[in-house]
Amino acid sequence: MISLNINNKNYQVEVEADVPLLWVIREHVQLTGTKFGCGIGECGACTVQIDGEAMPSCQITAKEAEGRKITTIEGLGEGHPVQLAWIEEDVPQCGYCQSGQILQAVSLLAANPRPTDADIDAAMNGNTCRCGTYPRIRRAIHRAAGKPGQGGKP
Amino acid sequence: MSWIINLSRREFCKSGALLGGGLVLGIHLPAGLAAAQEAKTAAPIIPNAFIRIAPDDTVTIIINKSEMGQGVYTSLPMLVAEELEADWQKIRIEPAPVDPVYNHTQWGGIMGTGGSTSVRSSWEQLSKAGAAARIMLEQAAAAVWNVDAQSCRAENGFVVHSDGKRRLSFGALAEKAAQLAVPQDVAVKQAKDFKVLGTVKKRLDTPEKTNGKALFALDVMVPGMLTAVVARPPVFGGTVVSVDDTAARKVAGVKDVVRIDRGVAVVADHFPAAERGRQALNIVWDEGALAGLDSSIQLQQYRETAATPGAVAAQRGDFTAGLARAAQKIEAEYHLPYLAHAPMEPLNCVADVRPDGCEIWVGTQLQTTDRNAAAAITGLPPEKVILHTTYLGGGFGRRAVGDSHFVSEAVQISKAVQAPVKVIWTREDDIRGGYYRPAALHALVAGLGADGMPVAMRHRIVSQSIVKGTPFEGGLMKNGIDDTAVEGASDSPYAVADFLAEYHMAPAGVPVLWWRSVGHSHTAFVKESFIDELAHAARQDPYEYRRKLLAGHPRLLAVLDRAARKASWGKASVPGAFQGIAVHESFGSFIAQVAEVSVDKKGGVKVHRVVCTIWANHL
Ligand code: FES
Ligand code: FES
Repeated sequence: MISLNINNKNYQVEVEADVPLLWVIREHVQLTGTKFGCGIGECGACTVQIDGEAMPSCQITAKEAEGRKITTIEGLGEGHPVQLAWIEEDVPQCGYCQSGQILQAVSLLAANPRPTDADIDAAMNGNTCRCGTYPRIRRAIHRAAGKPGQGGKP
Repeated sequence: MSWIINLSRREFCKSGALLGGGLVLGIHLPAGLAAAQEAKTAAPIIPNAFIRIAPDDTVTIIINKSEMGQGVYTSLPMLVAEELEADWQKIRIEPAPVDPVYNHTQWGGIMGTGGSTSVRSSWEQLSKAGAAARIMLEQAAAAVWNVDAQSCRAENGFVVHSDGKRRLSFGALAEKAAQLAVPQDVAVKQAKDFKVLGTVKKRLDTPEKTNGKALFALDVMVPGMLTAVVARPPVFGGTVVSVDDTAARKVAGVKDVVRIDRGVAVVADHFPAAERGRQALNIVWDEGALAGLDSSIQLQQYRETAATPGAVAAQRGDFTAGLARAAQKIEAEYHLPYLAHAPMEPLNCVADVRPDGCEIWVGTQLQTTDRNAAAAITGLPPEKVILHTTYLGGGFGRRAVGDSHFVSEAVQISKAVQAPVKVIWTREDDIRGGYYRPAALHALVAGLGADGMPVAMRHRIVSQSIVKGTPFEGGLMKNGIDDTAVEGASDSPYAVADFLAEYHMAPAGVPVLWWRSVGHSHTAFVKESFIDELAHAARQDPYEYRRKLLAGHPRLLAVLDRAARKASWGKASVPGAFQGIAVHESFGSFIAQVAEVSVDKKGGVKVHRVVCTIWANHL
């Protein structure tokens, strides 16, 4: 039995200790906003926040996540400034990568409230978007940082 | 006799609960009726299949195209809203079930999404559905007010009377409107009158794609559902000789191991257990005919093939004679690799096979074929197979498979274990799993006249056929030419008097499939690279060179000129960078790009900037 704190709620899950957190979140807790894309830490689709830091949930085991504060996209609710910026800039296409992108962006802005294009590119580097929404992601992050109209241009 | 029959109130009520009460222009037609309609040649207007207006004024547009990021859940409602005069804030969307009424208007008898056709092929159908529903609402208002319908006009979700005093909302009129006959002869707006089309609307699917609620097939959870992964052959076309699943069955959480047509499935409570079970399988494979397949050998074979004449895909004048007269001869060869689609959401499918029916949740681009495949496997009549189209985490053609393999796997496994099953492909399964954009070898020869302009050109393509042996062969293959292999090359717009395009169908084996833009994904690159070689040989500016060869193609010229102007052609904005230009038409859109690229001392290429112009207007 492993106890996890996800989005400020405690869950007891019957799962082997070395199962990746990603699958516990998706299959046991059934919060499916966190996505599976590669399982090897390469795509960022599974990004969650652990104690405020964005990281790929496929690369941490359920056991390692015990006692830590896990935030998934569902934990952001619907009115987080980054989500609103995402809506304003109409970022998603297929949408599959966007939970991870948003959580990564939230962490970036917490650490760096006024990121430059270069800061954004560096911080978002591990989050692949197969649809190529990168220019709008940049613009949305600038917007959430209180600088609408920036980014996304060559 | 009209082929449109509104369902009666009573019939509506039968399924009203399903729709959450409220009615109107709702309910898709029963399969039998729709099939009868399909048999008629004139396309009927069927607003009730696409538009449902509820008493609370919400207008639900039923979408028969798969949303995979291209925006059909917004663009198609715009087509309806334009003619319906709906309030955009009240528009909702709902994926269509599988029914002949939702068949693609150009694909003869199947429902599906692909080929950059969604807006083009739905334009008339949805515009007319919107217009017909609007007329019915206006007529309903006229009846309520006991006035001439001509004095009633829909605007922004209401019908208003010309006296300026009376108005009723669509929701208030819907039930009455649904009793009326559907007008079959409706006029649609001219472009100058558009209010919705041509404006920027926020995507209707954006909010749920920012809060984790958008449901992809991988997110579907059904009570009692098991999760499966499949061990597929290490070589395409391989088969299982024997399986030792003793160790796999001992893995905690593994429920069953079953043989299916494409390999061995491990079924478990959860994905990690299924994956561990698969790793514990001991399978002896017969690797089959392709065991020795090698890219370099294949390339050599393609080269040898390219040295011989192929099937003629296009011909103008006399290439051989033209080349003989030329002042200069240029040759080039281009080799393009297999490419995986790699949609962000790995392939997956949920199937629940029961004795009395089958339910499927899948992100697919070909609903009807997938539904029929499930019917064939289960022995159920097709109408007992309910297929739910979820969001697709990317498609790019990978989810439009004529053989329905990723649906068939799930159906076979669910049938075998008698429980709902979700089959998950890992990223490795996805990349190794085939169905690639075919590798291609292009061999080109051109003759230049004394002025440096091309007088003769031959473009030969060797590649596997995407459509050969599939349900699409009839429509897309003629006289040995797979149109999807030569499109963009055989129809080159460049004015070359003696022109010949040829195709060699390479041996089948590696599973190949349409990958976004299909043939154009290689032909555009080759056609444009080669014309650049010719300009270079002629010592001419590649932009001006193209211009001279494109007289009579105003749209191509327009985008080319604009890209050159916007990019300040001839003057790269980045010091030390060079500019390159290209222009192409595919699927009715005209595109030109200017790229600024630099090459470092080690040969590393850096793309600094790409200026792109597109003409994608209503033709
Ligand atoms: S699924 Fe975790 S990084 Fe790709
Ligand atoms: S929106 Fe499709 S992968 Fe990012």
